[in-house]
Amino acid sequence: MTNSTEQVGRTRDEMAMRLAQDIPDGSYVNLGIGIPELVAKFVPEGREFIYHTENGLLGMGPSPEEGFGDPELINAGKRQVTAIPGAAYFHHADSFAMIRGGHLDLCVLGALQVSSDGNLANWSTGAPDAIPAVGGAMDLVAGVKSIYVITQHCTKNGEPKLVPSCTFPLTGCGIVNRIYTNLAVIEVTAEGFQLIELSPGIDFDYVKERTGALLIPLKVNTK
Amino acid sequence: MINKQLASAEEAVADVFDGATIMISGFGEAGSPIELIHALIDHGATNLTVVNNNTGSGEVGLAALIKAKRVSKMICSYPRTANSTVFPKLYRSGETKLELVPQGTLAERIRAGGSGIPAFYTPTSVGTPLGEDKEHRTIHGREFVLEYGLTADFSLIKGRIADTHGNVLYNKTARNFGPLMAMAGNVSIIQAEHIVSPGEIDPEVIITPGIFVNRVVEIQKPAVESELIAAGVSYP
Repeated sequence: MTNSTEQVGRTRDEMAMRLAQDIPDGSYVNLGIGIPELVAKFVPEGREFIYHTENGLLGMGPSPEEGFGDPELINAGKRQVTAIPGAAYFHHADSFAMIRGGHLDLCVLGALQVSSDGNLANWSTGAPDAIPAVGGAMDLVAGVKSIYVITQHCTKNGEPKLVPSCTFPLTGCGIVNRIYTNLAVIEVTAEGFQLIELSPGIDFDYVKERTGALLIPLKVNTK
Repeated sequence: MINKQLASAEEAVADVFDGATIMISGFGEAGSPIELIHALIDHGATNLTVVNNNTGSGEVGLAALIKAKRVSKMICSYPRTANSTVFPKLYRSGETKLELVPQGTLAERIRAGGSGIPAFYTPTSVGTPLGEDKEHRTIHGREFVLEYGLTADFSLIKGRIADTHGNVLYNKTARNFGPLMAMAGNVSIIQAEHIVSPGEIDPEVIITPGIFVNRVVEIQKPAVESELIAAGVSYP
């Protein structure tokens, strides 16, 4: 590994807040389970997003107050939620028609690995004793217009999650558009990982050393 | 005269046979027809193939059916859930087999099965381990995999309100797989909190038209899975 002094970067909340700045007003958005769920806390002033949850609700609101929940009003993570005014319920085939049919603008997902050609692995480590479980992840990446990944830049053991080629089983191929990590915002381009923005207090070499594939530096403004 | 109402859950599942394929509605606990499942456990049919998004929680409902070793195969998208301990044990011992299907593919396979569509192409799972052994085809320059429709001998479904013609309304996100499984079941059985007379439900708001439903049973206060688990209930 590297021996440079540790730099901190963004917290999970700050990563979610940063990602939320890039969602256009009026977007229909599906948030995955985990860090992606935090994005809903940070809707920028003056914008409205409609949240889709694949178990059958468009217009998902926050968790209910204690004692006001309904066990039959839940999100994809099976946690109790609320429905906003203007919400709609539907069955699973309609829900995945929205997903696969390209009707959703954005899906935010977590990742085990992302490759520089935009492949995503986020459902299985391929461990032989694990119970395989996929849920709706493969449908989401196959159909939603934009896929943003929000993840720590490295695993708990310091291994890069941004790699030349995924070693874990794939969720989808060539589908990741952007990656928001604690260290940087990165776009997946035809040339590979293109740095868009460094987190405050983070320098380029620090991110480069923790990225498993080529990281293209910020384009210099020559104006 | 059409009257699809039966007196009890027991009567509704009385003809389920060994080796049957059973679709069971629900996403987690939302929409799980616990009373119909418990009646099926009491009935004793075994060697079942069960289609559900998950594999149940605790030791009630679907998890209790699996624990009773009545299920030889699960077709589902997400067999791993908090509180799901029964299935992993039987899966690892090889007693219950698993066909893992992406969630949207599962829904569409059920809709197709109920709609007279034997198979369809979908982009989901292309390039992944779940698409590996499937027939591929390039249509308009994009690659797809072939998926087959699914039907069942019986579908067990939880609704909120039904009429005696079999028209059904659901509750919130408990709708999930219910309308699709009603279409795909040879015999589709609804448990509902209220059963009303024809005409009492506005035809404009009916979600499942009665033609897809064979039997309705009134279960006025259905059990809530998470409450049973919190109370430490293990069925039977």
